[in-house]
Amino acid sequence: MDPILLLTQALNGLQLGVMLFLMAAGLTLVFGIMGLINLAHGSLYMAGAYAMAAVFAWSGSFLAGLAAAVAAAALLGVAIEMAALRLLYRRDHLDQVLATFGLILFFNELARIIWGPAAIFVTVPAALSHTVEILPGAPYPAYRLVVIAAGVAVAAGLYLLIARTRLGMLIRAGASNRTMVSALGVDIGRLYTAVFALGAGLAALAGAMAGPILSVEPGMGEPVLILTLVVIVVGGIGSIRGAFAAALLIGFVDTIGRAFLPALLRDLLAPSAANAVGPALASMLIYLTMAVVLAIRPQGLFAARTG
Amino acid sequence: MRKVLMAAVAGAMAAGAPAMAQETLKVGFVATFSGPNAALGEHLLQGFQVGVDHAGGKLGGLPTEILKEDDQLKPDVGVQVVRKLIDRDRVNVVAGVVFSNVMMAIHKPLTESKTPMISANAGPSPIAGKLCSPYFFAASWQNDQSHEAVGQHLQTKGVKRVYLMAPNYQAGRDGLAGFKRYFKGEVLGEVYTAVNQPDYSAELAQVRAAKPEAVYVFYPGGMGVNFVKQYAQAGLNKDFPLYSAFTVDASTLPAQGEAAVGTFTAAFWTADLDNAASKRFVADYRKKYGSTPSTFAAQAYDAARLLDAAIRGAGGKVSDREALAAAIKTAKFESVRGPFRFNTNNFPIHNFYLVETVKAADGSLEQVNRGVVFKDHADSYVGDCAMK
Amino acid sequence: MPRAALWAILLAMAVLLPFAADLAGQGYYVGFATRVAIFAIAALSLDLILGYGGLVSLGHAAFLGIGAYSVGIWTSHGVTAAPVHWATALAAGGLFALVTGLIALRTAGVAFIMITLAFAQMLFFLAVSLKAYGGDDGLTLWDAARLGPLDLSDDRTLYWVAIAWLVLFLLLGRHLVASRFGLVLQGARSNERRMRALGFDIRRHRLLAYVLSGMAASIAGCLLAHMTDFVSPAYMSWQRSGELVVMVLLGGIGTLHGAILGAAVLLILEEVLAGLTQHWMLILGAILVAMALVARRGLHGLLAALRGRR
Repeated sequence: MDPILLLTQALNGLQLGVMLFLMAAGLTLVFGIMGLINLAHGSLYMAGAYAMAAVFAWSGSFLAGLAAAVAAAALLGVAIEMAALRLLYRRDHLDQVLATFGLILFFNELARIIWGPAAIFVTVPAALSHTVEILPGAPYPAYRLVVIAAGVAVAAGLYLLIARTRLGMLIRAGASNRTMVSALGVDIGRLYTAVFALGAGLAALAGAMAGPILSVEPGMGEPVLILTLVVIVVGGIGSIRGAFAAALLIGFVDTIGRAFLPALLRDLLAPSAANAVGPALASMLIYLTMAVVLAIRPQGLFAARTG
Repeated sequence: MRKVLMAAVAGAMAAGAPAMAQETLKVGFVATFSGPNAALGEHLLQGFQVGVDHAGGKLGGLPTEILKEDDQLKPDVGVQVVRKLIDRDRVNVVAGVVFSNVMMAIHKPLTESKTPMISANAGPSPIAGKLCSPYFFAASWQNDQSHEAVGQHLQTKGVKRVYLMAPNYQAGRDGLAGFKRYFKGEVLGEVYTAVNQPDYSAELAQVRAAKPEAVYVFYPGGMGVNFVKQYAQAGLNKDFPLYSAFTVDASTLPAQGEAAVGTFTAAFWTADLDNAASKRFVADYRKKYGSTPSTFAAQAYDAARLLDAAIRGAGGKVSDREALAAAIKTAKFESVRGPFRFNTNNFPIHNFYLVETVKAADGSLEQVNRGVVFKDHADSYVGDCAMK
Repeated sequence: MPRAALWAILLAMAVLLPFAADLAGQGYYVGFATRVAIFAIAALSLDLILGYGGLVSLGHAAFLGIGAYSVGIWTSHGVTAAPVHWATALAAGGLFALVTGLIALRTAGVAFIMITLAFAQMLFFLAVSLKAYGGDDGLTLWDAARLGPLDLSDDRTLYWVAIAWLVLFLLLGRHLVASRFGLVLQGARSNERRMRALGFDIRRHRLLAYVLSGMAASIAGCLLAHMTDFVSPAYMSWQRSGELVVMVLLGGIGTLHGAILGAAVLLILEEVLAGLTQHWMLILGAILVAMALVARRGLHGLLAALRGRR
C-alpha cells in the first residue's frame, strides 16, 4: 500500500479522533460525575460554531472567535445547568432524555431564527489556508494540522487538570463517590456547574474549530452527538481515558474504513456487488465496531470504577 | 396549518370581467420549511411569490390563495399534508416540493385524486418514465439532466480520466449514471459516501493519489458546503478542476465562499441569462428579497408563470381538474430559461449551460454562463413513459 | 366502575369519530386519527420494554421500517394480501429483535440505548443502499393491500383496522404485564439482583419482551406503509426513534395507555403548533423541557396527581 497515502489517512483519522475527543470529554465527565445524559451537548457544539462565525466575521480575528465561542458556550452551559438541568440530577435518566431532547429542538430553532435556515460562511484563517508538505508529494492542509495539535494539547491539559489540580481531584472524587464528596463539605452544586461549563467550553471549542471545515447550520450538532455517544459508550461511560482511546479508535476505523474498505471489497467480490456493498458497509463500520466492543465488553473499553 | 399568504382583494374585480361567478384559485404549496434544508423551501416559495406578484396577485386573473405546508423532509408527513390539502382544503393544484423522496411519496395521492402537480424542484426518474402521469408537470428538470450536461461538456472538452463522487443514495447513483451516459472516458474511481457525511478528508486523499484530469461530484445542500470547502483546503482545486451538479448554487455559495471559485457546474438557467423574462425576474426578485435568485427560485417562478398561463388557457375554470391539467400541458409562457416545451412525459425540453463560479471585480461571487452544452435537451426516461 | 366507564367513553369516541368527521365535512381527520393510532401502537410496544422492562431503546423505529418494507417488498412483487404482509413483518421483526436482542441485552443503561441505536442505523444504511426497492428515494406502493374483501387504501377501512390492532395490542399488553411474566419483568427493573436470586432467568424474560415489542412495532410499520402507500428509509431514522421515546415519556411510562396518550398529544401538538408558527419546534422544545421538569411520570402522572387531590 502507498505509504504516503497511508500517512495522510492516518492524519485524517487522528484529526477526526481529537475532534471527537473534545466532544466526548465533556459529555463523559457530565455523565460520570452528575449522572446526567445530556443530549443537548450537540447544541453547545453548534453554539460554539455560530459564536465563532459571528465574532470571526465581526472582528476578523480567528483567535478572538475561538475565545468568544468557548466563553459564550460556557456561559450558555452554566445558564442551562442552573435553569433546568440542575433539577434533573436526581431524577430518572428518562426525564433527562425528554428535557434535553426538548432543548435540542429549542436551540436548533433558535439558531434558525437568529441566523436563518441556510448554512453560514466561515473560512479558514488566512495564515493557515495553505497546505504543508508533510512528506514530498503529500500536501496536507495546515489548518487540520493545527486542529490536531490543538486537540492533543487540550487532551494533555485536561489530563494535567484532572491529575494535578484541586478541581481535578474533586472531579475524580465526584466520579467515584458523589455522596462522600458532598459529605466532606465540598459545595457540590458549584462543582457540578464548573464541570458543566468545562464540558460546554470543550464542545464549543470543537464546534468552533470545525466551523471552517464543516457547514455551520442549524442541526449541525446531531450527527456529531451521535458519534460522540458512540465514543463514550465504547470508551466506557465516565472515563476520560476511555473517551480518548475510543475517540481515536472511532476516528481511525471510520477514516480507514471509508478510504480502503471499498477498494478491498473490489478485490474480493464481483465489481457490481462490491460497488453496492462497499459504501453501505463503510457507513456502518463504526456502528459495527461499537456492537462488537459492547458484545464483548458491555461496560466499554475503560469502564469507570463505579457507575 | 393553513397559512394564507395572499388573498387577493376581491373588490378589485376588473371592470371588463365577465359577469359569471368567478372561481377562487387555491394552491397548495408543499416544501421543506423546517430542519437543516429549510433554506431550499424558502427559495422556492420566494420565487413563486415573485411569479404571483407578476400576475398582479391573481394567477390567471383569479383571486389566489396559497396554502403553505411543511413536509419536514419526511415522506409520510408529505403524504399527510397533501391528503389534507386535497380532502379538507380542496386545492385546485399543488406546487413546490424540494426532495425526490417526498415527491415519490405524494405522487400516488395526487395522481389518484387527479390533482395537477407542478414540481418546482424534484424530478425523479420513475415519474419521468414508468410512473409518468397526465397530472404531473416539472417546471424544473429531470434529475439526471444536469449530470448529463457536465458529462457531455467533459467529453467534448476531450478530458480522458475523471474521478466521481456522490452520496450513497438513489439520486447519487442516478446522478453518476447520468454523467457516464455522456462521458465515455476512463473513470478512475467512483466513490459513494454516506448520506450527510460531514468530513471528506479520507476520500480526498484518495482523489489526490488517483491523479485524475477532472473531478465530478454531486453533493446537494450542506454536504456541498462541506465538500467544496474541504476540497479547496486540501489544495486539490489547484491540481484537479472540480465539476459538480446541484453542489454550488445560490443557496450554498454564500457559505462556500471563495472555495467555490473556479468550479464548474451545469444548469438550465443562470441569473445572467440574456432574455427579457429572466431579466425582469432577477430585477424584481432582487428588489423584493435583496439577493440574487437561486435556480430554485427561478424554477418556482416558472411554476407560477406556467400556472398563470394555464389558467388563462382554461378560461379560469380551475375546478375542472382534467381541463386544468390539459391546459398546463399546452400553456405558453415566457420561461426565464428561454425556449421551454413539455416532452410527452411532461418534463421540459430545454437548454443546458456550462456555469463557472467566479469572483467579480467588486469581490462578490457570481455564477456566470459559459455557453450552451445541450440545446433542446430531452431527458433519458421519456421512452419508458406510456403517455403520448 | 368509573374506570370501565372511561374506557367505554374512549371506545365510543373512537367508533363515532369517522361519522363525526363526515358530518363536519372533515374527512381528513380520519386519516389523522389513523396516524395517531399507528404511532400509538409503536409507542405502546416501546412502553412494554421501556416502562416495564426498564430498557430504553433508541432504535425502535427500525421495527417501523421492517414492517413497512415487509409491505413494500411483497407489494412490489404483486402480493397484496395484508395477512401475508403482517405475517412477514411479525416474523422479520421478531427475528431481528431476537438476533439484536441477544447482543444488546448483554448491556444495560446508556450502553443499551446506544447499541439499539447502532442496530437501527445499520438497518437504515442497508435500506438506503437497497437499490431494487427504491433506496433512499423510497418505494411507492401502487397496489392497495387487501384484507379479504376489504381494500386497505380506503381511509375508513384502514382506520378500523388500525383501531382493531391498537385495541388488540392494548388488551394483550394489559394481560402480559399482569401475568407472572410481566411481574418478573417489572421486578427485574426495580431490583434485578433479587429477581436473579429468586432463580429467574432475567435475560430470557427481557429478550422475550424485546421480541414481542419488536413484533408489535413491526405491525405499526405495516400500517404506516398501508396508510402512506409509500416506504422509505426515513421511517427508521434515529430521530424517529427519538420521537417514539418522547411519546412514551410524554404520556407517562409503564402504563401502556400513557403511551397512547403521548402519541396522540405529540402528533396533535405538532399539527396545532405548525399551524400557528413556522418556528413551532421552538415551542414544542420548550413544552417538552417543561414537561420533564414539572410533570413526573408524564401526562399520566400529571392527570393522576390532579385527580388525587379530590
